[in-house]
Amino acid sequence: MNDQTLFSIFFSAMVVNNFTLAMFLGLCPFMGVSARVETALRMGLANIFVLVLTALSVWVLNTYILETVPYLRIISFIIVIASLVQIVEMAVKKLSPTLFRQLGIFLPLMTTNCAILGLAIFQTNRGYGFLQGLTFAVGAGLGLTLALVLMASIRESLEFSDIPGIAKGTGLVLIIAGILSLAFMGFAGLL
Amino acid sequence: MSEEGMNEGLEVQDSGTPPEQESPAKAEVSTFQLVATLAVAGALAGLLIVLVNQHTKPIIDKYKAEQLRKAVYEVLPGAEHYDTYYLVDGSLSLSLPEGAKESDFKRVYVGYTAAGQRLGVAVSRGESGFQDVVQIIFGFDHVTGKLTGMKVLDSKETPGLGDKIYKDKAFVDQFFAGPETPLVPVKSGAGKGLPNEIDTITGATISSKTVIGIINHGLEEWKPILDQGIPQAPARSVDEEAQQ
Amino acid sequence: MRTTTPSQDFIRGIWDENPVLVQMLGLCPALAVTNSVKNALAMSAATFFVICCSSVLVSSCKRFIPNEVRISAYILVIATFVTLADMLLQAYAPVQHKELGAFMALIVVNCMILGRQEAFASKNNPFRSLLDAVGTGIGFTIALLMMGGFREILGTGAFLEYSLFGPNFEPWVIMVLPAGGFLTLGFILLAMGYAEHRKKANEIVNEQVKTAL
Repeated sequence: MNDQTLFSIFFSAMVVNNFTLAMFLGLCPFMGVSARVETALRMGLANIFVLVLTALSVWVLNTYILETVPYLRIISFIIVIASLVQIVEMAVKKLSPTLFRQLGIFLPLMTTNCAILGLAIFQTNRGYGFLQGLTFAVGAGLGLTLALVLMASIRESLEFSDIPGIAKGTGLVLIIAGILSLAFMGFAGLL
Repeated sequence: MSEEGMNEGLEVQDSGTPPEQESPAKAEVSTFQLVATLAVAGALAGLLIVLVNQHTKPIIDKYKAEQLRKAVYEVLPGAEHYDTYYLVDGSLSLSLPEGAKESDFKRVYVGYTAAGQRLGVAVSRGESGFQDVVQIIFGFDHVTGKLTGMKVLDSKETPGLGDKIYKDKAFVDQFFAGPETPLVPVKSGAGKGLPNEIDTITGATISSKTVIGIINHGLEEWKPILDQGIPQAPARSVDEEAQQ
Repeated sequence: MRTTTPSQDFIRGIWDENPVLVQMLGLCPALAVTNSVKNALAMSAATFFVICCSSVLVSSCKRFIPNEVRISAYILVIATFVTLADMLLQAYAPVQHKELGAFMALIVVNCMILGRQEAFASKNNPFRSLLDAVGTGIGFTIALLMMGGFREILGTGAFLEYSLFGPNFEPWVIMVLPAGGFLTLGFILLAMGYAEHRKKANEIVNEQVKTAL
């Protein structure tokens, strides 16, 4: 049982405790697909979709199956997520081959995206109900998208700037992420 | 038995993945073999986990009960044992309805002295603080409403500022000094000396006010229920509860 | 793979192909739980346990795992060991378990572990897989301890909770906040980039000196 309001869950997941910038979840796509705003946006949307599906399945699992065997949680979550990602991958391939090509390796890699399993675990630990879980997933997904798009737009503007050779690549991305994370700390206390 | 059932459930989930995943691949290995491999692996994994769980669960449960007991005794100084009362249909009850999940019910812990005298009530409650949910347990005298203690169970408040709600002894001690409720937050040193004032921490006003808010809201919720009277616990079950 | 010696299998993961600092794998735990050395140690130990057990098991059973379902099988193996590690840690080190929180379960999705299964354990014998896993585990531990050390010393003025600079030190609180994690790793990478750059520059100079002579 948890009586946090939906608004506070949503806002907390999206900005105050942003999945990527405050909790370090979903860093792989954050580093990998944040070079172009458009791809980042699409990746974010795909993430929201998988997160919402995960939240729904995790709720079903928690309510009807895992009640008696809580110690099989991790295994069943990861199996459900792997299957979900597989289904989403097939659906995207069928419905939008262009998007499928753009997301490339990062679509199947979503299975090992900490954000998805993280959502499942946090949702369980905090005892969120059905609507709360759904709100949490949408908030977290929007937060991921926000972080991805912000990072991508910064990287696009930096593309032609004169950066010292040693700072090119991941080091620079991490330092930008650090500064973004600092900026997001300003949202703390809003709840 | 239920563990057995779960393993089978898992196998079914396992087998759901591979055919979707790989059925278009070259048919060197039959679908049956794929399913069988994962099923065996799943069963072995389940078995291993169940075995280790049987070994670790008592230790974990004992530790959790121990932590809870320590916390209850800390916020109800002088308590020697306690009873857990669940809120069932608006009134307090020592037992849960048939087949109900324990985690679905709100609860209070009623503490007793060694002589069996009711000392007060402890409530665990969480609300959004500066960063994330702050979870505290606090004890109060259910007759006068005076606080007897407060302990932060879980918080992610900013290190060095917000975490003073449990690291700053001066702040925490105020809750053990028996203040009257509802509590009123005041700026440090600016109080009028009223018995229900709590000095907030400089630089961590929101975190301090969260703690005070949790206590006030908790009292608002529980005081009317407790005022209806707490059902007497049978003497033996008291001991058993305390043992756990 | 066949050209490497067992000692190379072992040493490679420690520094040259350090999973965190070079391959950028397992960033999530490396950033999230390194706000103190103790947490970094607990996370390293749990990951070490999982990667060693999984590597040995996967390489011993590789003959029975059909190629088509290998990834699912690896994840199943890893998830099992993570659950075991989770339960053991909760039973014997409950305080650390609480500190690590959800990140304990998230070891399952640490790409580093899955990566070693796919790239090494599935092709080599158990002994070499164990060497490889131990090397990678040590590399991961080194990276986490570096991060944890920097962040704890600067962020709280203490190392393993022993105060280093006395009471007058004003801790850099930002270092133990999430932002500090990103910045610390960023600066470590910059320093490594700089070292690499200097090495290359020196080589070029040496080369030129040689040709000039």
